[in-house]
Amino acid sequence: MSKSKPIYLDYASTTPVDERVAEKMLEYMTFNNNFGNAASRSHSFGWQADEAVELARSHVANLVNCDPREIVWTSGATEADNLAIKGIANFYKTKGKHIITSKIEHKAVLDPCRQLERHGFDVTYLEPNEGGVITPDAVKEAIREDTILVSIMHINNELGTINDIASIGELTRDNGIFFHVDAAQSTGKVNIDLSTLKVDLMSFSAHKTYGPKGVGALFVRRKPRVRIEAQIHGGGHERGMRSGTLATHQIVGMGEAFRLAKEEMKSDSEKVTEFHKYFLEEVKKIDEIYINGDIQNKVPNILNVSFNFIEGESLIMGLKDIAVSSGSACTSASLEPSYVLRALGRKDELAHSSIRFSFGRFTTEDDVRNTLNLLSNVVERLRELSPLWEMHLDGIDLDTVEWQAH
Amino acid sequence: MAYSKKVVDKFENTLKNPEKFNVGRFDPKDGDVGTGMVGAPACGDVMKLQIKCKQEGNQHIIEDVKFKTYGCGSAIASSAELVEMLIGKTLDEAKEIKNKDLAEVLELPPIKIHCSVLAEDSIKQAIEDYESKQ
Repeated sequence: MSKSKPIYLDYASTTPVDERVAEKMLEYMTFNNNFGNAASRSHSFGWQADEAVELARSHVANLVNCDPREIVWTSGATEADNLAIKGIANFYKTKGKHIITSKIEHKAVLDPCRQLERHGFDVTYLEPNEGGVITPDAVKEAIREDTILVSIMHINNELGTINDIASIGELTRDNGIFFHVDAAQSTGKVNIDLSTLKVDLMSFSAHKTYGPKGVGALFVRRKPRVRIEAQIHGGGHERGMRSGTLATHQIVGMGEAFRLAKEEMKSDSEKVTEFHKYFLEEVKKIDEIYINGDIQNKVPNILNVSFNFIEGESLIMGLKDIAVSSGSACTSASLEPSYVLRALGRKDELAHSSIRFSFGRFTTEDDVRNTLNLLSNVVERLRELSPLWEMHLDGIDLDTVEWQAH
Repeated sequence: MAYSKKVVDKFENTLKNPEKFNVGRFDPKDGDVGTGMVGAPACGDVMKLQIKCKQEGNQHIIEDVKFKTYGCGSAIASSAELVEMLIGKTLDEAKEIKNKDLAEVLELPPIKIHCSVLAEDSIKQAIEDYESKQ
């Protein structure tokens, strides 16, 4: 057996740090390099660190077309989501206690909302349409007098579907409601222009865009001004919104990754679009597969497929030299299948059968071809093993069977 | 999910060589065949187990077994393991097989114990079906 490295097709969960990014980061750690504290105003070590942090801030701002002063460093998109949602809710709670979000948000949005519910806030969780999209109309219908915040993700991490944040922003701005967008999956994939989008807060992650784990940022709009209550106190860094010594090397990494993302978005995207097209054509040759999420309205780097009559985790085990993830319950600790797929109205068995393939900068044509070959082979073998497939071939409608659920 | 080597090997071998590992079907209408099917697609696992028996004196002996399983890796490994335990056993001996035995052999993690429970239930049901035909 060869011990070659598995094929990585899980870029939506995390990306490798680009070598160019890693090199830059190394310049900000050791004694022989720059290790200063960006908050030290009294010597050159601090000044240099501060300069590096501000340069990185401008790279991030540049990718999404905002003012660098609108970027607040955090430990990642999860913290940025927490800061945005709890920060707005706590600052503006006297204005209203209603928040609108959706059922397909990342847990980093859903869990802070649940937490706020325990503190007297009222949260509406919007249903996506069949294609996995939160429509502006759905947001519009949910708006109340006391709504203070709408939090809707830009690109869904499981499906790759894109929400129309431009239209939702128009709605929220007209109604005097703050609009937060989790854009962890967007940077380097689609163009974001915060000078035209009516988005008030936007969360970013470095490690989904070839930067390091452990760093992210929150965009907090200055005009019209958005105020948030800090969640972490201790020194008043980041204009009082997020205290704590800045992790220079992490921030430099995120800055460099986002600078590269701006430069390489076009070529990255062209390549991935080709892979997506090829993969889709080939995977459609397999019987009884379902593409999850609106194929006309999604990013090409994420493709979510249900292989009917096969359980997702067994498929992942069968594809042992390929790193992908599944909406199957068995890959989570909770034994519940993907809440995102269930929210689409997919039957539970299709949620159990789903695999997310996500491509990225270092994916090769060989990776895609080898995956497809292995995939059709393993699907065939697992179906040979599946009593459901057998029943399907016998013409039995599985919905009419009385199952003995456990 | 970190599985024991035993689960992984069992799963992979079954996938590679389904006939050798008793994947398949008997005609459920045959008088000497008992069929058990447990689980539900919505829960993520369904096991179908079929035993073929012969009578020797007043004992019924399991001559051959076939199975098909929809489920996670450990569900498939549990069925394949169970099948091997059953061949050559009398029905009374087969009834003694408990999910604990399977879980021990395969070193199933606690969250996967239900796979072995499903396997135990499938054999119980197959035996019941067979006995109802006699």
